Amino acid sequence: MNQHPMNRYQLTRLAKHVGKWALIAIIIVYAVFPFYYAVITSLKPSSELFEVNYWLTSLDFSNYAQIFAQKSFLQAIGNSILIALSVVLIALLLGITASYALGRVRFRGRSTVMLIILGVSMFPQVAVLSGLFEVIRSLNLYNNPGGLILSYTIFTLPFTVWVLTTFMRQLPMELEEAAIMDGATPWETITKVFLPLMWPAMATTGLLAFIAAWNEFLFALTFTLTNSERTVPVAIALISGGSQHELPWGPIMAASVTVTIPLVILVMIFQRRIVSGLTAGAVKG
Amino acid sequence: MTSVTLSKINKTFGSTHIIKDLDLKIGSGEFVVFVGPSGCGKSTLLRLIAGLESITAGEMHIAGDLVNDLPPRERGVGMVFQSYALYPHMTVYENMAFGLKLAKTDKESVEQRVMETARILQLEELLHRKPKALSGGQRQRVAMGRAMAREPKILLFDEPLSNLDASLRVQMRNEIARLHHRLGSTMVYVTHDQVEAMTLADKIVVLRDGRIEQVGSPQTLYQAPATRFVAGFIGSPTMNFLPAELLSSDANNCRITTAGIGELGLPRDAGSERVGSRLMLGVRPEHLCLEEARGDNAFEIVNVEYLGNEVYVYLDPKVGDSLLIHRSEAPSQWKIGQRVALVPDLEHVHLFDSQDRALSLTRQRQAA
Ligand SMILES: Nc1ncnc2c1ncn2[C@@H]1O[C@H](COP(=O)(O)OP(=O)(O)OP(=O)(O)O)[C@@H](O)[C@H]1O
Ligand SMILES: [Mg+2]
Repeated sequence: MNQHPMNRYQLTRLAKHVGKWALIAIIIVYAVFPFYYAVITSLKPSSELFEVNYWLTSLDFSNYAQIFAQKSFLQAIGNSILIALSVVLIALLLGITASYALGRVRFRGRSTVMLIILGVSMFPQVAVLSGLFEVIRSLNLYNNPGGLILSYTIFTLPFTVWVLTTFMRQLPMELEEAAIMDGATPWETITKVFLPLMWPAMATTGLLAFIAAWNEFLFALTFTLTNSERTVPVAIALISGGSQHELPWGPIMAASVTVTIPLVILVMIFQRRIVSGLTAGAVKG
Repeated sequence: MTSVTLSKINKTFGSTHIIKDLDLKIGSGEFVVFVGPSGCGKSTLLRLIAGLESITAGEMHIAGDLVNDLPPRERGVGMVFQSYALYPHMTVYENMAFGLKLAKTDKESVEQRVMETARILQLEELLHRKPKALSGGQRQRVAMGRAMAREPKILLFDEPLSNLDASLRVQMRNEIARLHHRLGSTMVYVTHDQVEAMTLADKIVVLRDGRIEQVGSPQTLYQAPATRFVAGFIGSPTMNFLPAELLSSDANNCRITTAGIGELGLPRDAGSERVGSRLMLGVRPEHLCLEEARGDNAFEIVNVEYLGNEVYVYLDPKVGDSLLIHRSEAPSQWKIGQRVALVPDLEHVHLFDSQDRALSLTRQRQAA
């Protein structure tokens, strides 16, 4: 008699438990499946490519060997790294200095500037494509990493500035005043006091800028011409098979996996920082 | 040499006028405390001296030099903030060395100065900790150490102890007093706390609404407040105020009447006050004696607070609504509900005119 309600209670608990894990499983499958499928496809020999198979049936690295044998793919990876790192560096440097001005210095029209910055980040890429093309041509940056760095920075900077400004505003005013009393110039205040405290925000924005630059396709396709200047997304899209009618899925998947893994590793390294950077506004009082 | 002179200092934020035509002289080596109600401009004044706010009008001299346009680092001032504002990513040592390093001091003298400061403040054990691993009192000491390390001629404190609990506050108060004694540097200190102001100051500046109400030693302010505002602000529990009416006055004396207490003769110069004008009698709680009720002089005791060494007796006032307070050594015979007569100690009462200024003692009296 006594045990009956206990059992029912345990049952509901069990049901809740099962439900929770089922939900988590669904989300994981939904989020990870495409990548998982890319991984197993990349590990199949080309003969098995069109057999639908959900499990890893073989470990065949020939696709990887094939793409790494191509000089243009290696060049593309090099270009991508160069461009993404430059974008991150420039965006952070400009972002930090701009956010100091916007977050700390009182001047007329500050909120207007903030709104314009937010507005700029809302333009779709296509809208500015032709204008930007002219700019890049007149700056002589066509088919040059510089052109891509310039255009990615334009799209990354508003977000970077916005996040860093929000973060900078939360640092206590007295901290800056203490630095002033210690005789620090604004530049010394930024580099020696604010920068070390802004690592979480910088890791977040820097990583997002890196990912955006790494994955970008439209500008990369439009502003480059030769194989030697291409970035990874374009290079992958242009991998061609033996004949016009054959799409080389194996190498494409192998290339995709290759260029995704650095991102996954970066995100894992910075995961804590990203979370604390993104929620900084929410929890810090 | 490191005196600070403020002449006709004004500060406005936009259209709000915060500091109004303020004149003040802070002597070399003096410990000056700013007190006043919230929002009266104490912090603003301190920040003007520090150089964190610009002076709208007027002149400020430090050690004889005009400093209106000098940045903080060139004024030779150090500041301790209310929230301490320690650099969270630096160790105690780095916090204290920061200013010295920025001033391009060579490495040996940095080390020597920091160690010296740490020794004075007993921070030697903590030099390699980060601020988050320190207690409130320790953080407070580090904040002082950081301000002191550059050996400023003037140290500024903005409510430095307000984040500490009561017993630590007493301890730190003592340490600051001893520090001042030892360093002999000029110190300017903002506080809300009566006791801090009275115990630390050589000179208290009472501010009200951006103006100086009175400047003087703690003793002067307590015994001879210049205005009713100062009288009510300094001293805890606060002074009792009893409305009074001027009955007559001559060169040596004035007679007043107070509801309940009756007629009193005081050796005060009534100045231009006319017979019948409304004055205010001020009596500190320890100068208000209680006796058996007689006739009209009967006030009801509404509360008795026993504090161990002394007792506060609260009485229902006949006019107005702030309770009257009597203070005496414990033990006390008085009980709630009793009716008692009030007998002010005429030697120590204060009389304020209709403009709330203190009426001065008559000459004859002063000479005696
Ligand atoms: N940067 C500023 N801009 C506009 N008004 C200000 C600024 N700083 C202070 N004030 C105003 O100046 C007045 C005096 O401020 P201040 O901080 O000096 O007061 P305080 O005497 O230190 O008060 P508290 O005892 O509460 O610390 C306040 O009314 C405040 O609102
Ligand atoms: Mg203040």
